[in-house]
Amino acid sequence: MEIYLDNCSTTKPRKEVIDEMMDAFNNIYGNPSSLHRLGLKAEKRVEDSRQIIADALKVKPDEIYFTSGATESNNLAINSIINKQSRFGKHIITTSIEHPSVLNVIRKLEDKGYDVTYLKVDRNGIISLEELANSIRGDTILVSIMQVNNEVGSIQPTWKVKKIIKDKNSKALFHVDGVQAFGKIKIQLKNWGIDAFSISGHKLHGPKGIGALYIDNKLKLEPVIYGGEQERGFRSGTENVPGIIGLGKAVELMDKNFEKEQNYVRDLKLYFIERLKEIDRIRINSPAEHTSPYILNVSFEYVRGEVLLHYLENKGIYVSTTSACSSRGVKKSRVLKELGLTDIQIEGAIRFCLSYEITKEDIDYTIDVLKASVEEIRQVTMR
Amino acid sequence: MDKVLSISVGEIALKGLNRKYFVDKLISQIKSTLKGVEYGRIYREQGKIYIEAEGDDYEEIINRVKKVFGIVHISPCLRVKKDIEEMKKAVLEVMRHKKANSSIETFKVETRRTDKNFPLKSPEVSRQMGAVILKNIEGLRVDVNKPDVYVYIDIKGYIYVYTDKIKGYGGLPVGTNGKGLLLLSGGIDSPVAGFLIAKRGVEISAIHFHSYPFTSERAEEKVKTLAKILSSYTGKIKMYSVNILDIQKAINQNCPEDEMTILSRRFMMRIAERVAIENGINALITGESLGQVASQTIQSLSVTNAAVNMPILRPLIGLDKIQIIDIAKEIETYETSILPYDDCCTLFLPKHPVTKPRLKDIERSENKLDVEGLINQALETMEVYEIE
Repeated sequence: MEIYLDNCSTTKPRKEVIDEMMDAFNNIYGNPSSLHRLGLKAEKRVEDSRQIIADALKVKPDEIYFTSGATESNNLAINSIINKQSRFGKHIITTSIEHPSVLNVIRKLEDKGYDVTYLKVDRNGIISLEELANSIRGDTILVSIMQVNNEVGSIQPTWKVKKIIKDKNSKALFHVDGVQAFGKIKIQLKNWGIDAFSISGHKLHGPKGIGALYIDNKLKLEPVIYGGEQERGFRSGTENVPGIIGLGKAVELMDKNFEKEQNYVRDLKLYFIERLKEIDRIRINSPAEHTSPYILNVSFEYVRGEVLLHYLENKGIYVSTTSACSSRGVKKSRVLKELGLTDIQIEGAIRFCLSYEITKEDIDYTIDVLKASVEEIRQVTMR
Repeated sequence: MDKVLSISVGEIALKGLNRKYFVDKLISQIKSTLKGVEYGRIYREQGKIYIEAEGDDYEEIINRVKKVFGIVHISPCLRVKKDIEEMKKAVLEVMRHKKANSSIETFKVETRRTDKNFPLKSPEVSRQMGAVILKNIEGLRVDVNKPDVYVYIDIKGYIYVYTDKIKGYGGLPVGTNGKGLLLLSGGIDSPVAGFLIAKRGVEISAIHFHSYPFTSERAEEKVKTLAKILSSYTGKIKMYSVNILDIQKAINQNCPEDEMTILSRRFMMRIAERVAIENGINALITGESLGQVASQTIQSLSVTNAAVNMPILRPLIGLDKIQIIDIAKEIETYETSILPYDDCCTLFLPKHPVTKPRLKDIERSENKLDVEGLINQALETMEVYEIE
């Protein structure tokens, strides 16, 4: 029995993705920059993937840059925007619940003298647009807001952000960390006026080590690394051809199945929440509205999240306590603190992240194991 | 001229009739620690062991051999045939190398002639070689009282010339002094205890107690990593891993909260003793240090002792934490020990553990438990790993 409910940490690549990549490793090994036929063949496949991703985002292919993953995409977007805009000011706005690959880049900029406003979130994990409007200043040059929070799944109202920025100041650019959003909820980059958008391959049933960055081609950003001028000079380095091909396949399948999978998972999450009510002393930390159908964060009070995680793992169920990147530390989740949870709720928080592969039977089994495990753990902790 | 390493043995030299046994054991350990690196012969000549070491693995050989217990120091030597001219060349090469790598001004030549057939007597060799150095290398003087460097010349079947003595750990070769079972947690102390006892020639096995799923598999991986580091000194370690969660739950439900730790300790000792007896092991080893925590007061230790008959070796008993940490850093277990994974003790830790337990009270609490049944149940979860 293996029930994988840790799909926010990473996802299992779809079989078609692996097949395409195996073929790429075996046959598409040329360097896209080479002048011969093998190079051309590889280049074509890279451009095919770029087209697929551009289509899924309804943008132009020359607005998509391949990177090594979301961390690089976020770093690249923020740093290149700052490099370009710093002559207009020193103020950055972001949220207090960003992923470390955004937060730590901005903290570094703060060390270098930039002034940063961290927007607070309410108990649902959602920012206030009023606070955003009040925070924008004449010298604001970047607003960076994640689309879907990776720990609780709250959806930020990014569709209203650009107008608020423009009403106050036309110089600030708008970056969105779209890692947990792309392929999971509807996004309209052009309509919403998003200037830069980061995506990751392995969060959408594609390979690890590949990601992409959308940048509106009105912006002429300078690269932050230099080399062989690949990716139109913006991101040098020989292309990860099998990764790019795998990402393309993953996006193609995700786009094709989007409605079907989203509806299926939304119902599954509602069913999961309904059944969780059979366990007492819990708190659903994911918001009821403006919520990703894929993410369900729950606190089991008087249970240590990590202990529960091992109980579940012992029965073949895989979850996270917070985001996998930070669960190695002993620190309490920063995001859950922002949401105003009590220590007991934070300590007992578990994140379930669904996928199209999870069935209702899997949820039933998970509920059975949860009931037994929580009871067993509480016998020790509530003595 | 050949490069060799000379190895001086310490206490082994005192072992009289058993000396051959100790030296054989030592050589077999040197051979086993050198698996996979390139070296020539290993041979003995008048009290020392020599390793022929020409290739790129020279430094690696020193690093590995340094960790073998029973070695007092290791000297990188040049070895030549018994010939004055050859000896001169070796002396000059050794001195030039030394001078290039350190700031020395004064030296003294010390010759030991164990081969009495060699035509020159020791003082004469020293005098002649000193003159050769003075004549050929600038900026050096002789100082017979406090020289910056000694040039040693050992005249045996071959002539050996060297200046450096790299310190080993001393002690006795592992396996010459019985077998011990180390209670290995993920902390700082227990690996150090294992190291110190192994240094006295004891062959080490380890037993680890965990409370999965209250503890993580990573915590156990950490313990395996510690055992692996330890095994670079002790040779292969057999590690027994036992789940005691049911014991902790039973104590938790039936006994006073403040006795949790001491009761658990007694269970661990009993289980360890069982495993030791079944595997022909003669003693238990713990990292306890007097007064460090509640379970390490004299009263607690004697209540713990009362659970078993086997001797419990506690080499850290009189050391301060800071001394223990120093050794842990020296033997390179410290960095692993401080990684933040829960070990089995922390989750069930009482807020105010009893510091002066009385055996009567503890036995009364234990009477509420099926001690035999719980031990057997725990032993059924035992897994064994070979670590090297």
